[in-house]
Amino acid sequence: MHHDFLDRHARLESPVHRLPPRVKLAAAMSLLFTIILIPAAHAAWFGLIAVGLLAIAAMSRVPPGFLLRRLLLMGPFVLGVAILSLFQPGGEAIFLRLLARGTLCLLTVLVLASTTPFSEILRVLRSLRAPSILVTTLALMYRYVFVLVDEAQRMNRARASRTFGRGRSRLWRTRASVIGQLFVRSTERAERIFAAMSARGWRT
Amino acid sequence: MHIPDGFLDVKTAATTTGLALIGVGWAVRRVRKTLPPRKVPLLGLAAAFVFAAQMLNFPVAGGTSGHLVGGVLAAVLLGPSAGLLVLTSVLIVQCLLFADGGILALGANIFNMGIVGSAGAYGVYWLVRRAARGLRGQLAAAAFASWCSVVLASLSCASQLAFSGTARWTIACPTMCGIHMVIGVGEAVITTLVLAAVAATRPELLRDEARPAEGAGHGGLIVYGVLIATGLALFISPFASPWPDGLERVAENLGFLGKAVEEPLVPAPIPDYAFPSLGSPVAATALAGAVGTAMMFVFSFFLARLVSPRRAHDAHHPTGMQDHAPRLP
Repeated sequence: MHHDFLDRHARLESPVHRLPPRVKLAAAMSLLFTIILIPAAHAAWFGLIAVGLLAIAAMSRVPPGFLLRRLLLMGPFVLGVAILSLFQPGGEAIFLRLLARGTLCLLTVLVLASTTPFSEILRVLRSLRAPSILVTTLALMYRYVFVLVDEAQRMNRARASRTFGRGRSRLWRTRASVIGQLFVRSTERAERIFAAMSARGWRT
Repeated sequence: MHIPDGFLDVKTAATTTGLALIGVGWAVRRVRKTLPPRKVPLLGLAAAFVFAAQMLNFPVAGGTSGHLVGGVLAAVLLGPSAGLLVLTSVLIVQCLLFADGGILALGANIFNMGIVGSAGAYGVYWLVRRAARGLRGQLAAAAFASWCSVVLASLSCASQLAFSGTARWTIACPTMCGIHMVIGVGEAVITTLVLAAVAATRPELLRDEARPAEGAGHGGLIVYGVLIATGLALFISPFASPWPDGLERVAENLGFLGKAVEEPLVPAPIPDYAFPSLGSPVAATALAGAVGTAMMFVFSFFLARLVSPRRAHDAHHPTGMQDHAPRLP
């Protein structure tokens, strides 16, 4: 199982990776605002931003194929929402503008995500005074998402190796029981984690 | 239903972010007050659980597949406030690590899927639950609430897109709601099956009468209800004006419709959705929605009956899984 499916290239060595996460987060936010606020008449700006983003991506040494794959993975969602805009007067122009905006914003977030480890983002959130219970939840979620995805796949494999494919409704039932079982195991694991955390002196 | 960046304008993004901050702030307060410390790690694990559960695909017809969203599942298992925090965490991770849903649209996504789709749908669950007792009633309430969760979230999403001038309300609303009325059935079936599986193995995790769910309480539900009403009123009211001129005028004032062009209100893409014999397309769409809702309400009880574990068989098959297997001679 790939244990790096979340922020796979976030720990590479490059000038972009070395930037303080706070700066990167602020830069990404302001870039997103700029992309949204550019009036339709200034279409050339979109090209300029695209070139800039690609330059940053190249500098960060994140494999271009990886960025492209992620972009294509999320592309259909952008396209799906953009298509709704075609059914209105002057829809084609709005459609193209939305597509350009959506793709640029997607690329911005992808570059941010693949150059900043999630733990650093959490540290920024904590320093911004985000509620501690939310930050704790995010940190625990990030820590255990790999474990639970592994566990779900293991249960699924065990199930698949023991039962024959017998129609769709059967499959839905077994899949759902895997999810139910996963929840039961998560609560049990949470109890063990709490015991371990208290033993080490953790307080809310 | 994750709205990507670039589709909401600044006023919509700012409004939804404000509403989401209020809702999540309230949930944090509520959880801090009512959740015992030993349950705090459960929030993180539950968020990871929702994330992992969303990765399991359920095959639908013709090679397509769907997956759980989990808003009602989280709210029923943990209570609405804790459920909202869990959904918020899932959305933050999806947004920051997968670019699934935008950063500037994060507030809108939390409002749609967390506040409307989880805490709001829990209100529906709570209402139906008061009328229908027992495990079967609980499953039926969860089924109906899951369907409402998906449909209401899509309605809210459509209204924000229309308010931003991204899509026309008369297109976005019937299209989004129509598609999600179908998707919602899948969500209802999965949620009910999962809850039935939990009830079959660890019923004490589901028994909500004994312990008032963490962060439930009427006060909490009222706050979420007011937030949802405010949000929907803000985004939908410009389009729901009874005067035909109103829509155009508001659109002109806000400057997000180029020019008014005469167009049928409900267009061709989904002709089945509106009853053709009725005069007003708006009324027809509303009626179609109401009929769909009523049908789903009845179907929920049927579904609950179908999937609830049978007590008589449990003695022989403690897992509750074997009930429907054909017996070999």
